[in-house]
Amino acid sequence: MAKLPPYATTGQRIWHYTFLVICGLIFFFLIAPIAVVVPLSFNAENFFTFTPEMLRLDPDGYSLKHYRDFFSNPDWQNAMWNSIKIAPVATVVSVSLGTLAAIGLSQPHVPARRAIMAILISPMIVPLIISAAGMYFFYSKINLAGTYWGVVLAHAALGIPFVIITVTATLVGFDRSLTRAAANMGADPVTTFFRVQMPLILPGVISGALFAFITSFDEVVVVIFVGSAKQQTLPWQMFTGLREQISPTILAVATLLVGVSIILLTVVELLRRRSERLRGMSPG
Amino acid sequence: MSDMTDTGGPVLAADGTPLKRSLRKALRRQKMRALLLIAPLLIFVLVSFIMPIGDMLYRSVENKIVSQTLPRSTQALSSWDADSGELPSEAVFAAMAADLKEAAEQKIHTRVGSRLNYENPGMSSVFRTSGRKAKKFDLENGGPWKEQLIEINEDWADTDVWRTIKTYSPPVTAGYFLNAVDMRVGPDGAEMRPERERIYMNLLKRTLWMSLLITFSCIVLAYPVAWLLANLPTRKANLLMILVLLPFWTSLLVRTSAWKILLQQQGVINDVLVWIGLVDDNARLIIINNQFGTIVAMTHILLPFMILPMYSVMQTIPPSYVRAAKSLGATDWTAFWRVYFPQTIPGIGAGSILVFILAIGYYITPALVGGTKGTFISNQIAFHISTSLNWGLASALGAILLAVVLVLYWAYDKIVGIDNVKLG
Repeated sequence: MAKLPPYATTGQRIWHYTFLVICGLIFFFLIAPIAVVVPLSFNAENFFTFTPEMLRLDPDGYSLKHYRDFFSNPDWQNAMWNSIKIAPVATVVSVSLGTLAAIGLSQPHVPARRAIMAILISPMIVPLIISAAGMYFFYSKINLAGTYWGVVLAHAALGIPFVIITVTATLVGFDRSLTRAAANMGADPVTTFFRVQMPLILPGVISGALFAFITSFDEVVVVIFVGSAKQQTLPWQMFTGLREQISPTILAVATLLVGVSIILLTVVELLRRRSERLRGMSPG
Repeated sequence: MSDMTDTGGPVLAADGTPLKRSLRKALRRQKMRALLLIAPLLIFVLVSFIMPIGDMLYRSVENKIVSQTLPRSTQALSSWDADSGELPSEAVFAAMAADLKEAAEQKIHTRVGSRLNYENPGMSSVFRTSGRKAKKFDLENGGPWKEQLIEINEDWADTDVWRTIKTYSPPVTAGYFLNAVDMRVGPDGAEMRPERERIYMNLLKRTLWMSLLITFSCIVLAYPVAWLLANLPTRKANLLMILVLLPFWTSLLVRTSAWKILLQQQGVINDVLVWIGLVDDNARLIIINNQFGTIVAMTHILLPFMILPMYSVMQTIPPSYVRAAKSLGATDWTAFWRVYFPQTIPGIGAGSILVFILAIGYYITPALVGGTKGTFISNQIAFHISTSLNWGLASALGAILLAVVLVLYWAYDKIVGIDNVKLG
């Protein structure tokens, strides 16, 4: 489809361009909602639509007041710090346990591999509301509901499938004779792991970590039920904001979050391309 | 060592043990090591995730509250025949008075009242009014209790009240599940609720139907894009891929709020439609807080989950097949429909199951853009957990939803294999 052959008929030409237009529209549908949020967040008025000043590109139509509100409002600041405190810890828990388990799972002889895999992936498949309900009931019983560690534990569980999937995918291409060679030369298993295996599977581990991080950072359903007002995170604050009095500060937050996701996406893509290049799967 | 050269006898390993046993030992050690590596995570997931789910499933049938709060009455009631049409004996009333007194002293009589109220509306007030007086009951010589209780609340003279208590005295109940499928225990066993009280089955049907619609629109929108991405040169495809991956990585709340803002009556879409004259300013479209809003927003949110599996399948299809078909005289359409399309079905299947599984469990987006008509069963579960506090019913609805998802998960595992899930 890259190029039309010179012998294409008129009908084929028309279809070719119609098809490109259709694809363009679908891409527009994918990206426009996110793209619209960014300029709207600089709105000088408290509206959720483009003002005439903005359309005229009048500098007076734009301002940073919603960003100032975000950085000065204690509710939003509190939410931001809660998110920053919860997501990295949950990520560390799921990555450390998840990487070990992924290495275990990629060994040649694992009893009940399918069943174990199904259990470990299930947090990704079970609807969040069910996880949230179960965790809320169960964590209340063991006095974890409404605590910081309760939320961290819940988020770590939700991030684990992503770590397992990305790390096992990296391990598929891992040459096991390297660890054997290391052992042969007298390295103990711990040294082998940190000096030989870890550097090689690091890209997979990092992308798994980023997935786990974004899972926790964006998560709202579980934290609403398991957490208390003290653990109110950014998505939770956005959710209440959208439900009750919708304030344009949400647009500023949304723009900042889009920025965060662009950074994460770039890192993951660079890592993926690097590992593909190393395996000679892609020219570059 | 000399045995090794013998022609008979088992083959021995270097340390003198038979090779077979030695190999088996090595294999066992390997298995143990793998399991030891997995164990910490497995225990973690079991405790932090599987046990909570189990707890929820248990709650959907658990019913200890009635027999624990009213131990004497439930025991006394066991000999009463609910179909006799007569009220229970004085002994049962006396037992109830004693139970009520004790429950009221511990201030738990309203809890059992609201539990039974789920099954028979009105029970809550019976227990509330009786509990208030029960604290002053003189159990030794306060009788006769039949007259006393009926005087406090005349509903005690209704055999239905007693029937409800008797029906829900066992420690496990199917009541929540019956409730969740719009049934109830009537005089002749389980029966359907009256038409206007049937909520949950309709809601479940609506959830499934809307998820199907969302899956279908995702297929329609994802197919051309995946095809284009799979057939462009790598460099261009990677560039366009960003347009797919950016929404995938963007926070769910950001995308939902974007749609909330776009779809409002004073929002950008309506503004544009008014501006180009398609819609009159006084007749702005209502495209939010209804099913349309939910479907559009969720299609957008789930579209990358459809494009990515389709793309990875289409990438593996050699272009020479279509060329061969065309050189054999097939038209463009035949070559596509008979040769190319059948090869993409695994991708469509994988994407569809994934999108469908994710869609039926959605809570946030329907809650924000769905209004009342566009909500899913998850929203009802959330309502029963946090607002109506009927946790048993919430658990039963959750169990039904979970069953649907697990069946699909199983199908996904059979068709695609959970090991083959790809991210990004």
